[in-house]
Amino acid sequence: MAEQCAVIGIGQTKHRESRRDLSLPGLVRDAALRALQEADMIWKDIDSIVIGTAPDMFEGVMMPELWLSDALGAAGKPIFRVHTAGSVGGSTAVVASHLIQGGVHEKVLTVAFEKQSEANAMWALSPVVPFQPQLVAGAGGYFAPLIRSYIRRSDAHPDTGCMVAVKDRQHGLLNPNAHLHLDQTLEQVKSSPMLWDPIRYSETCPSSDGAVAMVLVSEKHADRVKNPAWVKGTSVRTERTFFAGRDQVSPAAGKLCAKDVYDEAGITSPLKEIDCAEVYVPFSWFEPMWLENLGFAEEGEGWRMTMGGKTKIGGAMPFNMSGGVMCTNPIGASGMLRFAEAARQVRGTAEQHQVDGAKVALGHAYGGGSQFFAMWIVGSER
Amino acid sequence: MRDVAIVSFSQLPSVKAIEAADEPELVQPVTSDAMKQVGLTQDDIGFTCSGSTDYLPGRPFSFVAAVDGLKAWPPIRESHVEMDGAFALYEAWVRLMHGDIETALVFSFGKCSLAPVPDVLNLQNDPYYVQPLGLDSISAAALQAQAMIDGGKATERDFAEVVARNRKNAIDNPNAHIKGDFSVDAMLDEPYISSPLRKSFCPPLSDSAAAIVLAVGDTAKKLVKRPAWIRGFDHRTEPHALGQRDLTISPSSKLAAEKAGVGRGKVDVAELHAPFAHQEIILREAMGLGDGVRVNPSGGALAANSLMTAGLIRFGEAANRVLCGDADRALAHTTNGVCLQHNLIAVLEGE
Repeated sequence: MAEQCAVIGIGQTKHRESRRDLSLPGLVRDAALRALQEADMIWKDIDSIVIGTAPDMFEGVMMPELWLSDALGAAGKPIFRVHTAGSVGGSTAVVASHLIQGGVHEKVLTVAFEKQSEANAMWALSPVVPFQPQLVAGAGGYFAPLIRSYIRRSDAHPDTGCMVAVKDRQHGLLNPNAHLHLDQTLEQVKSSPMLWDPIRYSETCPSSDGAVAMVLVSEKHADRVKNPAWVKGTSVRTERTFFAGRDQVSPAAGKLCAKDVYDEAGITSPLKEIDCAEVYVPFSWFEPMWLENLGFAEEGEGWRMTMGGKTKIGGAMPFNMSGGVMCTNPIGASGMLRFAEAARQVRGTAEQHQVDGAKVALGHAYGGGSQFFAMWIVGSER
Repeated sequence: MRDVAIVSFSQLPSVKAIEAADEPELVQPVTSDAMKQVGLTQDDIGFTCSGSTDYLPGRPFSFVAAVDGLKAWPPIRESHVEMDGAFALYEAWVRLMHGDIETALVFSFGKCSLAPVPDVLNLQNDPYYVQPLGLDSISAAALQAQAMIDGGKATERDFAEVVARNRKNAIDNPNAHIKGDFSVDAMLDEPYISSPLRKSFCPPLSDSAAAIVLAVGDTAKKLVKRPAWIRGFDHRTEPHALGQRDLTISPSSKLAAEKAGVGRGKVDVAELHAPFAHQEIILREAMGLGDGVRVNPSGGALAANSLMTAGLIRFGEAANRVLCGDADRALAHTTNGVCLQHNLIAVLEGE
């Protein structure tokens, strides 16, 4: 690559069920201004903007970058819109980093958002595809059979999912921006209503309003801040929807995406060399599934790490220090929030949910029916 | 910056309706043909990127199905933009700058036959203040055309002449949707559909799909005799609200053309994505394209206009002129948004 890329500004809104106080332009502008402020920049310093969000039909605005260009100071600049299903927040950050690494631009603002209070995700996630039976079950109905399959294969402890929910919500209590602040016990989670067996209500992510923004720059601008996060590797991978060879419990696209990003970052032993990870876990059981898919645990062993408390802050492999998607889920932004939290950790700016001495972190996003993956590795050293 | 070139292009003929074809069936023929032209398969492709919109099929995540038209196994490096395929081409160009891969496949698909397109495009407007007014795309373009007339920048006859030239050019284009020798006077006798626009001043609504293969440096030279090198590539946007813009000019096109280096040499051919006749006049002025430039030898968007694909087809048509040696330097352009809000321009060269 031509250039090194550094993250020097990160901003996010306070994520809530409904941000009635902010319009959609207000929401993205709030996150963008916070990122600019942290980068010690103003609008005119930015060369280019890359924006990502989930399907336009969520908010009912077609190609919203056209409308949002004013709120993001884009007039006279390039503004680019990425859409890759749930992984979009991650893919958007990857495109932004490539603009820097490829030498096309030097200072890029990237933003991702969702305003679920002005949307109906359950409807939009239950599309009627011609000639296919309609699931009418949203994402939970789609993923529940995969989770059952994981439990059967790995003989996982039945409490694993509930343990993830408790842990992520405890982490979320440390994050003032998180949507859910729930001090839950294992018993409370286990007694919440069953939605899609084995997924209980308290094991699902919320519907949130929120936006996140990052300022990415080339090496020569990185010294605007004393603690940039360096992008060490990026990758995206996609697999087909209808293909008999797919394993949706541990998708090949996820494994290959992880391999790409580890190779680029020079990581050979992820468990030893990565200090913490923000991973897209919209339903609790995806933590053990992704622990294995990402190579942090052997196949069938991921749930043991969760049950053993190794994914807590302070554990051997902290997962979702911010509380993750289980606490905050503005869908289009959820992927970028993972990428941004990874960068905050290696910058040492994660405040109460900081992992001590974090130097290398993974940001992860996935989408669709686990066909789409995006990842990056960020580090505190150049 | 690495040297990146367009090495092949394939399109489905633009027609009123491609019946009974879903996303994989649209995508598979053009992607496999574009790769076959240069002897590649999906296994040789480093990065794949597509452009489409959910608002044509009327369901979210419609692009997901398109991946099934590819041999995406083992899983591929892939991305998607909710923009015209020409923007997917831009993302692929950026990806190739990264340095680790040599080729990219770009495609897009759009079936206007599935949706009431002028009404759907109202959803590009501000949802709080403008969408409720029901400003469809033809009415918005009519405001722009009227501003041209009021500003003394063009007459209705000028609009008709643009249409006549484009659709005459399209006679030689087997993929065009509307073509022929149309009389300017007859067009001026048509009733208004949204004053000052008459039916002929508006684009057809077409179904199509298109694909392009990109390659880097020596790889491109190995694949084709004369690659269409991307020598400049830039896009710019403008304020969204119509009232904030002078609709008779296109500062974003002017700036993108400058950044892409359009003025650094003679332009032989320009493929402009101007769905409405008057927009070609605005774009030519903004990009400084004089009478010596052959504009839209393919017939442009006035002859074939599948939403999300019409822009990528401009890039393919311009590249084909360079690939076959017909032009040394070609300009390709795509627009997005109401009244030319956002514009993307590339300069393609044979040397």
